[in-house]
Amino acid sequence: MTSVTDVSPARRAFRLTRVFQGLERVVVPALLIAGWEAFARSGMLPPALLPAPSAVLHALGDWVFGFDETTQTYSGHWLRDALASALRVFGGFVLASLLGILAGVAIGWSRLFEKTLEPTLQMLRPIPPVSWIPLAIIWFGIADKPAIFLVFLGAFFPVLMNSIHGVKTVDHNLVRAGAMMGASQRQMLTDIVLPAALPSIFAGLRIAVGSAWMLTVTAEMVAVKSGLGYVLWDSYYFLRYDIVLAAMISIGLLGYLSDLGLKAIMAHTLRWQQTTTVQGRAG
Amino acid sequence: MAAIELRNIVKVFSDKRRGRDLLTLDNINLDIEANDFVCLLGPSGCGKSTLLNIIAGFEQATSGRTLVDGKQVERPGSDRGVVFQQPTLMPWLTAIDNIAFHLKLKGVGKAERYDRAMEFIDLVGLRGFEHHHPSEMSGGMNQRVGIARALLMNPSVILMDEPFAALDAQTKLEMQEELVAIWQKRRCTIVFVTHSVDEALVLGNKIVVMTKRPGRIREAVNFDLPRPRDITSPEFNDAKRHILALIREESTRLAQAS
Repeated sequence: MTSVTDVSPARRAFRLTRVFQGLERVVVPALLIAGWEAFARSGMLPPALLPAPSAVLHALGDWVFGFDETTQTYSGHWLRDALASALRVFGGFVLASLLGILAGVAIGWSRLFEKTLEPTLQMLRPIPPVSWIPLAIIWFGIADKPAIFLVFLGAFFPVLMNSIHGVKTVDHNLVRAGAMMGASQRQMLTDIVLPAALPSIFAGLRIAVGSAWMLTVTAEMVAVKSGLGYVLWDSYYFLRYDIVLAAMISIGLLGYLSDLGLKAIMAHTLRWQQTTTVQGRAG
Repeated sequence: MAAIELRNIVKVFSDKRRGRDLLTLDNINLDIEANDFVCLLGPSGCGKSTLLNIIAGFEQATSGRTLVDGKQVERPGSDRGVVFQQPTLMPWLTAIDNIAFHLKLKGVGKAERYDRAMEFIDLVGLRGFEHHHPSEMSGGMNQRVGIARALLMNPSVILMDEPFAALDAQTKLEMQEELVAIWQKRRCTIVFVTHSVDEALVLGNKIVVMTKRPGRIREAVNFDLPRPRDITSPEFNDAKRHILALIREESTRLAQAS
């Protein structure tokens, strides 16, 4: 007699494979962290110069929850610091997205804008956003504004370039189909060209959100007195490499989360596209 | 007054890279009556698609006049429904939204749009697929959406540019039958571009045979075989023989010229 809870060998094997498939993602990071921990504890380098992962985790924990003040003045202030950086990223990114899409669509669609606007923008593009820091400080002082300005510079050009590309590569026959159905020039832009260019625009937004985090942190190291980048640079002066690493981890995590959020919005907006792409088939 | 009047249409493409002009259409004169099913038949490169694009308003003739319902064609418009070689649907819209897109552009509300589009969903046999995106449907189904989209505008003429060329043989036969049924039911004027003699003979009641380089009308053949047409009947074969002879004569002429 067999009981109903019996699991056949095939099913058990299937479950085991699934467990291993889940594990294969963590194998490499686990080995790296274990190696780093062992190396840090071996005493070949002073612990102040290379803190062990456990020490970094400890610092991060205290920074977030403030349980034993290992991180001194930062203890328990992580949320405030992270929020300060995130708001700068958000402000600069939204500004850059709006203006980037607007200018990109205008340049991609109209010869006039292409001739008048594009040369200037393309000349500004190769200037590294970081080189604007001196001017940003003179113009905006030491506060949120220079940081938002730098984030804007870093995020604007990826959005601009991808919007131009998206509009220029819209299938010519879709425009013809729109004209056949009686679309006005404005409807052609809002109802045909813009939706058709969206996949490319989203690609630009994803690059832009990455640049936004990079530039927020850079700005905070130089021109602002708050945020994750400021904590990172300040801790370097006090030789607190555990906090430096904790700040790096925080930035990586928040950057990753912003990208995930953007990807979710993209998957929802472009759901019509999913079944035709490699990504859609694999997922 | 004919539904479509083509008067001395000439189209010259300038090949800028090679610095010479290419005469694509040479003095085309053609009258298409209302409710005609006209097939423009010719080899690729004979300018039949260019002629269709001129009627659609996508391209301008170098000289000559194009009149649809007595009005000069200057730009594309919803009085001329076009069915493209590729379905050319908006990929972000569902079948029903694609079909009703013309109404949306005119500012018609959603309820009325869907109400009117459902009639055409039924006409082309897509009930149950109205909320599918083009990427979720087959080529044949997408082409049906394209046909329904053109029909919904209730245009005076429907222009079709080899719409079944990309379909497999069986789907093609089905679509041809359905197109004839729709044409008989709705009594519209159709101009259908094709390079297949069989397709032209199955569909058209007027077959305009075109020649290549430069594109000219060789002969406009009236073909009133009753429908459904038996493609093995003697009348069908007589017409086919006649058209093939016109084409063969043409290729011998081209071979001798070169």
